[in-house]
Amino acid sequence: MEWGGIIGYGLFLLIYGGIYAISALGLNVQWGYTGLFNIGVGGFFLVGAYTSAIMTKGPDFSHLGGFGQPFLVGVLAGGLLAAVLALLIGIPTLRLRGDYLAIATIGIAETLRLIVTNEQQLTAGVWGIGAIPKPLWSTFGDSYNAFYAVVVLLAMVLVYFAIERGTRSPWGRVLKAVREDEAVAQAVGKDVFRFKLQALVLGAFFMGVAGALFAHFVGYISPEAFEPMNATFLVWVMLIVGGSGNSKGAMLGAFIVWVIWSGTEFVAAALPPTFGPRAHALRIVLIGLLLMAMLLWRPQGVLGEERQVSKLVRNEPAGRSAQGG
Amino acid sequence: MALLEVSGLRAGYAEVDILHGVNLAVNQDEIVCVVGPNGAGKSTLMKSIFGLVRVRDGRIVFQGEDITGLGPSQIVRRGMCYVPQNNNVFPSLTVEENLEMGAFIRQGDFRRKMEEMFELFPILKERRRQKAGTMSGGQQQMVAMARALMLDPKLILLDEPTAGLSPKFAELVLEKVTEINRMGVSVLMIEQNARAGLAISHRGYVLTMGRNRLDDTGQALLANEEVGRLFLGG
Amino acid sequence: MAQLILYGLIYGGIISLGAIGLTLLVRILKFSHFAHGDMMALGAYLTLLFRVTMGLPMWLSVALAVILTAVAAVLIDRIFYKPLRRTSPAILLIASVGVALVLRHLIQFFWGAAPQVYQRGVERPYIVWGLRIRPTQVWILVMAVVLVIAVWLFLQKTKTGKALRAMADNMDLAAVSGIDTERMVVWTWVLGAALAAAAGIMLGMDTQLRPAMGWLMLLPIFAAAILGGLGNPYGAIAGGMIIALSQELSTMFINTAYKPAVAFVLMVLLLLVRPQGLFGGKA
Repeated sequence: MEWGGIIGYGLFLLIYGGIYAISALGLNVQWGYTGLFNIGVGGFFLVGAYTSAIMTKGPDFSHLGGFGQPFLVGVLAGGLLAAVLALLIGIPTLRLRGDYLAIATIGIAETLRLIVTNEQQLTAGVWGIGAIPKPLWSTFGDSYNAFYAVVVLLAMVLVYFAIERGTRSPWGRVLKAVREDEAVAQAVGKDVFRFKLQALVLGAFFMGVAGALFAHFVGYISPEAFEPMNATFLVWVMLIVGGSGNSKGAMLGAFIVWVIWSGTEFVAAALPPTFGPRAHALRIVLIGLLLMAMLLWRPQGVLGEERQVSKLVRNEPAGRSAQGG
Repeated sequence: MALLEVSGLRAGYAEVDILHGVNLAVNQDEIVCVVGPNGAGKSTLMKSIFGLVRVRDGRIVFQGEDITGLGPSQIVRRGMCYVPQNNNVFPSLTVEENLEMGAFIRQGDFRRKMEEMFELFPILKERRRQKAGTMSGGQQQMVAMARALMLDPKLILLDEPTAGLSPKFAELVLEKVTEINRMGVSVLMIEQNARAGLAISHRGYVLTMGRNRLDDTGQALLANEEVGRLFLGG
Repeated sequence: MAQLILYGLIYGGIISLGAIGLTLLVRILKFSHFAHGDMMALGAYLTLLFRVTMGLPMWLSVALAVILTAVAAVLIDRIFYKPLRRTSPAILLIASVGVALVLRHLIQFFWGAAPQVYQRGVERPYIVWGLRIRPTQVWILVMAVVLVIAVWLFLQKTKTGKALRAMADNMDLAAVSGIDTERMVVWTWVLGAALAAAAGIMLGMDTQLRPAMGWLMLLPIFAAAILGGLGNPYGAIAGGMIIALSQELSTMFINTAYKPAVAFVLMVLLLLVRPQGLFGGKA
């Protein structure tokens, strides 16, 4: 066993786990705390990735570019654009019943992928955008991954604390009240719509940031990388496994599921080579079954929902919602 | 032995009890009316009898059998049918189809019974192929009652049959209730319009805050001063 | 343009069949069944198994595939959805997304990701009134009409069909009337899955089979069901036609690649303006 190999692998796990954790934290704000059904996580992730890539690269004839901005600007721009997108989407759709919002978000994510695939001038279409600059690449050379892992984990921690501050505040309590019973929250005079929109936008910002971090690490992005399985479904599984309604759960779930997901790669590799790309499909089947098993046996996730006290949230008898701790 | 006997019924929703030990009986061939202020638990009482609300304590005995805790589909098979207050027809189905649904569990042909219903409710006869959702409130109430009668129940539960109806239709509905009763169907009904309800009833119960307050014959309750002051509007 | 309308009608038949099943499922089971598209794919691929791998005649393959898909749907309900019915519709939705994913990738695992067809070779289209239509497409149109009529007969003339409509109207009243709601739920799955399988097979006949074929149809089918009013099977037919025709006609103005987006935009517009659909049902 090569230590170097293990550490290298471990760093990969940390980096990807961290990136997904940030996405999961964003989803937790939207779904776990506010009850918004966003199945278009991949869309925000994609926007963040592409925006950052375009912002930070030099001129390139295959796609829009030439802004040459530094890494941090790119990442923030990615988050901001995702947030703006969420704002635009939210205004018409947040008034819809939950299920409809879900379908709408799927539609949006798919439409985004269509746009990215077809608007070649903007995004180089299926060819993708390559040579995305890695920040401080020359400085760190060999130990670059360690550096990047630190960057990602730092970002994750920042996002976590920002969310924690937010949810302990009166704003956060209203969010939870909105999720539990909109009618009650409205009766108490809160502008439910505004709160939902804020939650959607904030969550989207984090997803965009995650997307940007992803882009800069892998160095090359194309529409395929954002197909629903990876960018959206995994994040949902992570949140459900870790415990929705719980920031720590979101992070924990991200790492657990990412490790399992990476683990399935070994399973797939163990299959005879004749299976080829079908092995990948098997991995996804396994993850899907994991989700089903979680939903059936422990829908509240590993950590369950956060305990918290709120005047606006009624005490629910256990078992009423799947989030009961 | 009474057709239906309810004793010591405690029932409610979630953690809260609405009924705190209610007693009631309906004898064969009777019309019994339950009256009381809003929130007294009348609707809950009816739903508990029919198995739609969970019973915490007490017994419900129908035709000598303990039916406490049974669900609606089992109770329907035993000869008790229920007409809810609202949403009591299938709007996109025709009158005929509504009645057919009422007879769903009936073996054999339901058509003969359906024709009987049309004799009983002539208003419906001309509209047999009309969609129930396009009918007026009063007509829908007729459809709802006819639907419940398709199984030849021994006892029919009516939840506020005259609610939201014009005085003309309300009177018509109550006439029909009397007619149904004369045909051999016992009736337990809730009526917000206490005066009209008690007027056609053999006996009545006054329910307040989930408990029995009074019970007596329909006429006696009508004449009762206290009842008059509280519910009959003087 | 007439050619586009023709394509729209064919495509509309496929969407409509998917939408009828979906609209009943959503109304009666009270959750948005996101695995419906992948049931279509399942039907298509099972037919492939029987027809191409096992060499059975087409009509038999189709029949077997439809039956098996219906059985699969009922089993999936028993195993995955029924235990979750006590929880929120949201959890059920997520579960159905999970089922969709598993189905899609099981298909990919067994059949591979490369496109497949029921029969090789290029078909010569007929020319009728200046419009081109392939023999397969004629079949599809005929089958779609036959199936829609069959569904209509089932819903209007049989006791079970009327009970399904009754349940879609008013679940509580159905239970109160003594209708065996559990058995009706099974029937809903059977009908929904059978129609989905048929639609999937037709789609495979018209174009080709790919593992993602079902998921890609999900949006137009949902849009059609919503357009027609959830719970309204006849509205779903109309909805399917409208969506398909809009998609085809839109290619006169915009890039064909954006066709799916058309269904999506229509759906959102409708939800904002008239959520109960064009023909009513509940919002």
